[in-house]
Parts: sequence; structure tokens; C-alpha cells
Amino acid sequence: MRTDGGLDGRRMIGMLLVVLALAVLPFFLSDYRTFQFTQAIVYAIVLLGLNILTGYNGQISLGHGAFFAIGAYTAAILMDRFGVPYWATLPAAGFICFVFGFLFGLPALRLQGHYLALATFALAVATPQLLKYKRLEEWTGGVQGIVIMKPDPPFGLPLSQDRWLYLFTLFVAVVLFVVAWNILRGRTGRALIALRDQPIAAEAMGVNGAVYKSTAFGISALYTGIGGALGAIAVQFVAPDSFTAFLSISFVVGIVVGGLATLSGAIWGALFIQFVPNFADQISKAAPWAIYGAVLLVFIYLMPGGVAWMLRGVTAKILRR
Amino acid sequence: MEAFLHQILSGLAAGGIYASLALALVMIYQSTHHINFAQGEMAMFSTYLAWTFINAGFPYWIAFVATLGVSFVAGILIERIVIRPVERAPVLSVVIVFIALLVIFNSLAGWIYTYTIKSFPSPFGGSFFPQNPYMSPHEMGTIGVTFVVLILLYAFFRFTPLGLAMRAAAQNPVSSRLAGIRVGWMLALGWGLAATIGAIAGMMVAPVVYLDPNMMAGVLLYAFAAALLGGIDNPFGAVLGGFIVGVAENLLGAYVIGTELKLTVALVLIVAVLLFKPSGFFGRVIVTRV
Repeated sequence: MRTDGGLDGRRMIGMLLVVLALAVLPFFLSDYRTFQFTQAIVYAIVLLGLNILTGYNGQISLGHGAFFAIGAYTAAILMDRFGVPYWATLPAAGFICFVFGFLFGLPALRLQGHYLALATFALAVATPQLLKYKRLEEWTGGVQGIVIMKPDPPFGLPLSQDRWLYLFTLFVAVVLFVVAWNILRGRTGRALIALRDQPIAAEAMGVNGAVYKSTAFGISALYTGIGGALGAIAVQFVAPDSFTAFLSISFVVGIVVGGLATLSGAIWGALFIQFVPNFADQISKAAPWAIYGAVLLVFIYLMPGGVAWMLRGVTAKILRR
Repeated sequence: MEAFLHQILSGLAAGGIYASLALALVMIYQSTHHINFAQGEMAMFSTYLAWTFINAGFPYWIAFVATLGVSFVAGILIERIVIRPVERAPVLSVVIVFIALLVIFNSLAGWIYTYTIKSFPSPFGGSFFPQNPYMSPHEMGTIGVTFVVLILLYAFFRFTPLGLAMRAAAQNPVSSRLAGIRVGWMLALGWGLAATIGAIAGMMVAPVVYLDPNMMAGVLLYAFAAALLGGIDNPFGAVLGGFIVGVAENLLGAYVIGTELKLTVALVLIVAVLLFKPSGFFGRVIVTRV
């Protein structure tokens, strides 16, 4: 499989234009739409993290909602209890999730395929109950959850809170995407993919499977945790029932739709899981999930590469003269 | 002492349900090495079917048998239509297909029957069993049904040619095919049986937890724990695991940690078994040659 190559001038300019377009987008939208796009960017960060683990490294996680919850609660507790500024909660959320992810990744080394899916699925199902646990109520606010304040734009910038938060989230996302791109295009990325496709051969070539796999788990959780923290700040609220097993499943839907083992897939997947339920909700409360299920089947049977690989095929056809 | 005994016995009743669902998981795992994440939601949907039959005015046991029949056929159809195309696909694709099934059944149930909680009748009325302070009639009935299912399954696999063919297909598909067994159809039959057993578990648990589209999440988790504990390729181990997990859950809930962390107990149990004894008590230890 081809990893993303170097950055030639044309691609660089293209990327910059995309980021620029995204940056001016909120000035053409209402505050509510801006908020929705902020959430889409949050999902893109999470899907990027999940894709590093599941797409590139082949470790199936059905439990990333748990890390999303840990990130969200870290941000909420730090802001609510300790008065930490919102931007400073991100490194904390990332770090804590990295530790949790790394620790969960250590036993996960011994679990492969179905078993890892099973263990992470159990984690996803148990998460809301853990968050409601009485002994933790003092911190987590129990069933009620925690309400937090939406941050004001700094330096008296003439922006609405929603637009500022959008730009802030976009900035974080761009940084995280560049970091992920740098991790994945070189030696580390090749090692992760080799461990996914040919674990025995990779180990024989001197790739340390234990280190790479558990670190991949940690980094993946770190991305998800930062996404969770940003999500909590954007929604201004965390509560146990926002982090059910279905949240974890929707992340899986996102990476399958967007494209496994692609960076841009995270964006397509995020747009899908953010906006499709919004439209489908109007038909029935159950409709989004019925659509998710059907879409999962369609993508697995007909286009296992997801939107990203499809687009890649289309552009290749157009550019080939 | 009476309370303690009561906890153990009602743990056995819950264990019977976990054992049935674990048995359904084993049925599919044995032949394909797939863990069916949708097993719980399939059982939930079957239970809704039973509810429909009962509400249409059928007597309980006729609705019961009709549900089993429909579930059996549905299980076969799912295997033929949905699972067969990914039979040789990578694990990730298979897991995603199972997740898709889970989501589809859950949302279909929500769409058709709404998310409001419904009560589901128990067939074991007051005078069905002798009154006693230890177990409710429904709990005794559940254990009874579990054992009937076990005996029937044992007899089927042990004494009928079809049962033998199914075992052969699971153990050695290549030789079985050479011997003239239609391996693909045996897999489909396994799915049908698993769906049927799941339906029984669903109908037994519904009077206790009430009928709603998410009712099986906890039960499925405990069934996973049970199947892993007993060894996920061993039916007897899975049943024993089911009873052990049921009793342990009840005792822990009553005396040690309370009921609010029940799912976490299942999570810890699953991870612990996978880490320290991945083959369970009675499973085959898998040795991979490098």
C-alpha cells in the first residue's frame, strides 16, 4: 500500500487553500450552523485518532467513546472545579487519555481481532454506568453531569463565542492533522501498517510490536481525548448518557464511511456522522441508526475503501490524460 | 441464610439466561470463529415478535413456538444473505457487519415498536410450581426451560445424523465437504439454531428486565463473559460459565459492590479471562505455529 508521499508545491498550496476556506466558513453561517461544524471538526479529530489505531494498525476498537468521555470529563472537571482556562484543559485531557489508552493497549497486545473488539465493546457498554457511579459523583456530577461556560474570544476580538470556538477547534485540528501526517508517512507509519498486514514478518524485520501497538493505542486515545475535551467545551455540558455504546459505534461508522487508513477519510466520516443524523432525525428517532446500519453494510460490501479511496480513484481518472 | 440461598438461586435463574445466550454465541463461534455482536439484538427482536403474537391474541405457548420458528428461518436468512459474502473477509469487515446488524435490529425495533418500555408476560403462573420463599415461579421456570433446551440440543447433536453432520462441518470443513456434507448449509443451520436459542433467552429475560430495544445490552455482556469463562468453543463450558457468572453477579451485587456497577463487573471479568486464560476453563488452547 502507498503511504502519503512528500509534499510538493501544488499539494501544499491546495491544502492551504482548503484550510483558508474552512477558516472563513463560519462568517457565512449562523451561530447554530457554526456550532454544528465545530462538532464536525471535533469528530474529525476523533476519527483521525481511531483511524491511526484501527485503519493503520489494524487493532479494532469499538470502545473509543470511553476515551472521548474521559477527555470530555477531564475538561469539564478542570474548568468547573479548578477554574482552569479552556485551552489548558486540552493537553491535560490528551495526556490523561494517552495514559489510559496506553494502559488499555498493554493487555490489548495479547488480544487479536475479535477478542479485542469484544473487550473494547464491553468497555463501551460499561462506560455510562461507570460515569454514574456514586463514589465518583463528587467529581462527575453523577447523572446530572456538569455544565460548563462557553469561552469568550480573547483580546476583545469582535467574534461571537461560537465563531471563536470554531476557529480555535479548527486550529487544534490542523495541528493534530499535521502531526498525524508526519507520524504516519514515515518509518512509524510503515511499521504500523506492517504490523497490521504481516505481524510476524514485521517482528522478524525488527519492528517492536509491543511498543508500536501500545503507543498507537495511546496516541489514538490522546486524539480522541482532545476531541472529547473540545466537544465538551462546544456543547457546554457533559453527562453519562451522552457516552453510550452507540457513540463508539458511530465513530466506527465514521471511519468506515470516510475510508480506513486515510487521513482525509476522517473529514468525510466526520461530516457524515455529524450531518446525516440531523436530516434523518426528521423521519424517525430510529432512522439515523437504521441508515448507519445500512450504510455500514453497503460500504463493506461495495466500497470497502470508503469515500476517501473513492475520491482518490476519481481524481486519478480525471488527471490521467 | 434464607436471603443468601435466595440470592444463589435467583443467580442460577439469571445464569440460565446467560447460559442460553452464551450457547448461541458458541454455536456460531465453533463453526466460523466469529463472535456475533448482534446476538443480543437478534434475541431482542425475536422477543418483540413474540409480544406481537401475544398481543394478536395467541396463547403464550403458541406464540412461543411461532417465534422460535420465525427466528430460526430469520437466522438462516441472515447467514445466507448478510454473513456469507464476508465469510473469508478480514476480521475488521466481519466485526463491522455484525455491528451493522446490531444497529439495524436495534433501530428497527425502535422504529416499529417505539422506545417505550413494555411489559412481557411470564408463562409460569402462580400455581405452576409449589410456592416457596426462595424462588419465584418465573425463576424456576427459566431454569427448567434452560435445562430442556440443553437436553434437546445435546440429543440433537449426539443422536441425529444432521447433528453429527453439523459437528463435523464445524470441526473439519474440508473433510466434511469431501464426505458429502453441505458445509455452507450447516453453517446456516447453526445460525438458525443460534437465533432460536437467543429467542428463548430473550423471552425468558423479558418479564424480568421488561421489553425495550436496549434490554439485551447487559445480558449480552454477561453472556460474553460466560462464554469466555467456559471456553468459547465448548458448549458445556459456556453453560457452566453462564451459571457461574449468574450466581457471581447476584452475590457480588447483593453483598459486595451493589447493583450500580454490574456492567463494569462484566467488563473486568471479560478482560481478566482474556488476559489470564484466553481459552477459558474448558476451551481448546490454540497453538499457533509461526
